[in-house]
Amino acid sequence: MIRQELTVALRVTAVTLVLTGLLYPLLTTGVANVLFPARAQGSFVADERGTVVGSELIGQGFAGEAYLQPRPSAAGEKGWDAAGSSGSNLGPTSKALRDRAAKDLERLLRDNRGSPEPVPAELVSASASGLDPHLSPEGAFWQVPRIAQARGVSEDRVRSLIEGRVEGRDLFVLGEPRVNVLLVNLALDRTFGRPPRVAGK
Amino acid sequence: MTLIGWAQIALFFLVVLALVKPLGSYMFRVFEGTPPLPKAERFFYRLCGVDPVKEQAWTTYAFSLLAFSFFGLLVTYAIQRLQHLLPLNPQKLSAIEPALAFNTAASFTTNTNWQAYVPETTVSYLTQMAGLAWHNFTSAAAGIAIALALSRGLTRSGGAGGGKTIGNFWVDLTRATLYLLLPISFLYALFLVSQGVLQNFAPYREIATLEGVKQIIAMGPVASQEAIKMLGTNGGGFFNANSAHPFENPTPLTNFVQMVSIFAIPAGLTWTYGRMARDSRQGWALFAAMAVLFFAGVLGAYKAESAGNPALRELPRLQQDRGNLEGKETRFGIAASTLFTTVTTAASCGAVNAMHDSMTPLGGLVPLVNIQLGEVIFGGVGAGLYGMLVYVLLTVFIAGLMVGRTPEYLGKKIEAREMKLAMLYVLIFPLIILTLTAWAAVVPYGTGSLANAGPHGLSEILYAFSSGAGNNGSAFAGLNANTRFWNLALGANMLAGRFLMIVPALGIAGSMVDKKVIPPGPGTFPTTGGLFVGLLVGVVLIVGALTFFPALSLGPLAEHFAARAGRLY
Repeated sequence: MIRQELTVALRVTAVTLVLTGLLYPLLTTGVANVLFPARAQGSFVADERGTVVGSELIGQGFAGEAYLQPRPSAAGEKGWDAAGSSGSNLGPTSKALRDRAAKDLERLLRDNRGSPEPVPAELVSASASGLDPHLSPEGAFWQVPRIAQARGVSEDRVRSLIEGRVEGRDLFVLGEPRVNVLLVNLALDRTFGRPPRVAGK
Repeated sequence: MTLIGWAQIALFFLVVLALVKPLGSYMFRVFEGTPPLPKAERFFYRLCGVDPVKEQAWTTYAFSLLAFSFFGLLVTYAIQRLQHLLPLNPQKLSAIEPALAFNTAASFTTNTNWQAYVPETTVSYLTQMAGLAWHNFTSAAAGIAIALALSRGLTRSGGAGGGKTIGNFWVDLTRATLYLLLPISFLYALFLVSQGVLQNFAPYREIATLEGVKQIIAMGPVASQEAIKMLGTNGGGFFNANSAHPFENPTPLTNFVQMVSIFAIPAGLTWTYGRMARDSRQGWALFAAMAVLFFAGVLGAYKAESAGNPALRELPRLQQDRGNLEGKETRFGIAASTLFTTVTTAASCGAVNAMHDSMTPLGGLVPLVNIQLGEVIFGGVGAGLYGMLVYVLLTVFIAGLMVGRTPEYLGKKIEAREMKLAMLYVLIFPLIILTLTAWAAVVPYGTGSLANAGPHGLSEILYAFSSGAGNNGSAFAGLNANTRFWNLALGANMLAGRFLMIVPALGIAGSMVDKKVIPPGPGTFPTTGGLFVGLLVGVVLIVGALTFFPALSLGPLAEHFAARAGRLY
C-alpha cells in the first residue's frame, strides 16, 4: 500500500505542477495579452511627445513645486522604488514615525505658505505599497496654491483641472474618491506647459 | 466610521451570503454527486495512476496527504535552489539560500504563504509560478479534501464502501483542482488583468519619470497568481506589498472581488456540509457562528482605525479626520482596508492591502485575535470548516457535561477517543505559538529582528508565530524574518500548525465514520438553533481568550494604554 501511494503521490505532484504551475499561467498570459494587452503589460503612459514617463498605476516621487506631490513612500531607501514595494511598518507608538511625520509636516508648511491649516494627515502618512499612485481630493486641493504660484496661473484654473480628474468610488460605494497624481501632472504640463526642471531634489 | 463605509461592508457580506448556496451546491455536486467532466477527470486519474473508485481509511487518507505534501515541499525547495539555472528568470536572480528556501517551501506547502523574502529581488518568474502558485492550488485543494473527509466522518451513516472509509484523497484533490480552483482562477485572472493587474514575462522596465528620475518597475505573471492566491486563501503576494501593490490590486473593485473570493469557498463549504448532513440548518449554524465572530472583528478594526494614529496625535497642525492612514492606500481608505484586514485574517488568507504593523494597537489586535481563535471564522479553504467542526464537537461535549448526558452530534456518540483528538487539535496550536514566542522574545537572535520597540515589538513576535501556526501568512511586517533563526523557527512552526492539526482532525473522521446513528430523541441537544450558535461562539472565544489573553495583554493591550498615555518608544 505504501509504495503504491508514494508512486501516486509522485505522479500527482508532476501532473499538478505542469497543469497549475505552467499551463495555467501560460494560457492566462496568452489570453490576457490578446484581450487586454496594455493592461497586461503595465498600463504605461506617455507624455505629449510620446515618451513613456511611467505607469499610471505606479506612483512616482514628484518633488517639484509645480507638480502635485504624492504621499511619503517607504519603498526602497529613497522611496518610490517600483522594484521594492513596501510600507514603513512603523507602529502606532513609534517615535520614528512621529519624527518622520513632524519633519514632513514642517517641510509641507514651509513649501505651502498659501495653503490652509491643518494639513491633511495623508500627506505625512506613508502608503502601504510605497507606490500609491493616488491622493485624496483633499490632499490634492490642499496643494493648489503652491502649484498655481509656481506655474503663474490662477488657483481656480489648477483647481478645476484637478476637479475634472477626481475619480469617484467604484460602483458608488467601493473605496474612496481619488486623484491620480501622475495623470494630473501630465495634464498640468499639457495645459500650462512644462516647468523648468529643478536640479538636485 | 461613515455610512458609506458600512454600506461597503454590508454589500460585501450580502454578496458572500448570496454565493453560499450556489457555490455550496456546486461543490456538493462536484464532490459528492456527479462531476461535470468525467472524461477529463478520468484522463487525469490515468496519468496519475489513481483508482477513483477505491476509498481510503483515515490512515491511508492521511498518509496520501502527507506524502503529497512532502514531495511538494521538496520540489519547491529544489526550484528555489536552482532558479538561477532554470528559465523565466529575466532579472538573473541568484539561487535562494537554504534557510530561506526551506522557510518558503514550508510556507507554501502549508497554505500559509508567509513571506520572509522580498519577491521583487528574490524569486524568478518560474519560482513564482511553478514553485509557489502551484502550491496555491494544491494546498488549497488539500484543505478542501480534509474538510470533506471530516464531514464524511461525521455525516455518513454506517459508512459507505466498507464502513471505515472517508473518501479518496486523490479524488478530492483532483476534483477541487479541476472543477473549482482552475476554472474560477482563469476567469478571475482575466478580470484582474482588465483592471490593470500585470500578466507578462517581461524584464523589469526602466523609465525616466516626468521629473527625469530613473524608476525601475517590476513586471511578471501577476494576475494568474493573484487569482488563486485569494481564492485558495493562500495570500502570498507576487510583490512585497501584496494586495496593497497597485499591480496586484489596482482598484476598489478588484479589492472588493478579492475580499469576496477569500470568503467564497469557506462560506460555500458550510452549505456543502449541510447537504452532506442532510440538514442544511447544520451548515447555516456554522455559518452563523462564523458571521457573528466576523462582524465583531470588523466593528473593532474599523472603529479603531477611524480614530487616527496615536503617534501623530501630538502634531496639532495635522488633520487626522480620515483616520489612521499610515500603511494604507488612498484608493481603499479606512473602511475597505479594515474590512480586508478582518477578512484576510478571519480566513487564513494572509494577503494584506494595508500594513497591519502600522495599525493602531486595537486595530492591530483584531487580525491577531482572528488568527488566534484558530482560523475558524470562515477560515482557510477547508481548514476553516474542519477547524470549526472540531469546535462543534467541543461545544457539544461541554453542553453534554452541563446536562449530564452522553454528548452526541448528528446522532453519533462522542466518546473519549474523539475528545482526546479534539483536545490535541485545540492544544497544539497555542503550544507552538506561545513556546516559540517566549523563546524568540528572550534571545538576541530573536529580538534583533524587531522593527519597533516597546510592547509593539512583542506584538510583532507574537503575530509572526500566530500567523505561521494558523497558516495565515500575514505579518506585522516590520519584523525582519529573513534570518537563520526566524526562517527555521517559523518554518517548523508552519509545518506543525498544519500537519499536527490535520492528523487529529482526520483521526476524528476515522473514529466517527462507522459509529451507529441513533435517531434524535427528546433529550438530544439540538445543534442548529440560536442557542447552539451562541454556545459555539462562546466556546471559540473562551478557548482563544484563556490561552492568549496573558500574551495579548503584554503586547497590543499594553500598547493601547501606553498610547493613550501619550508614550512613544
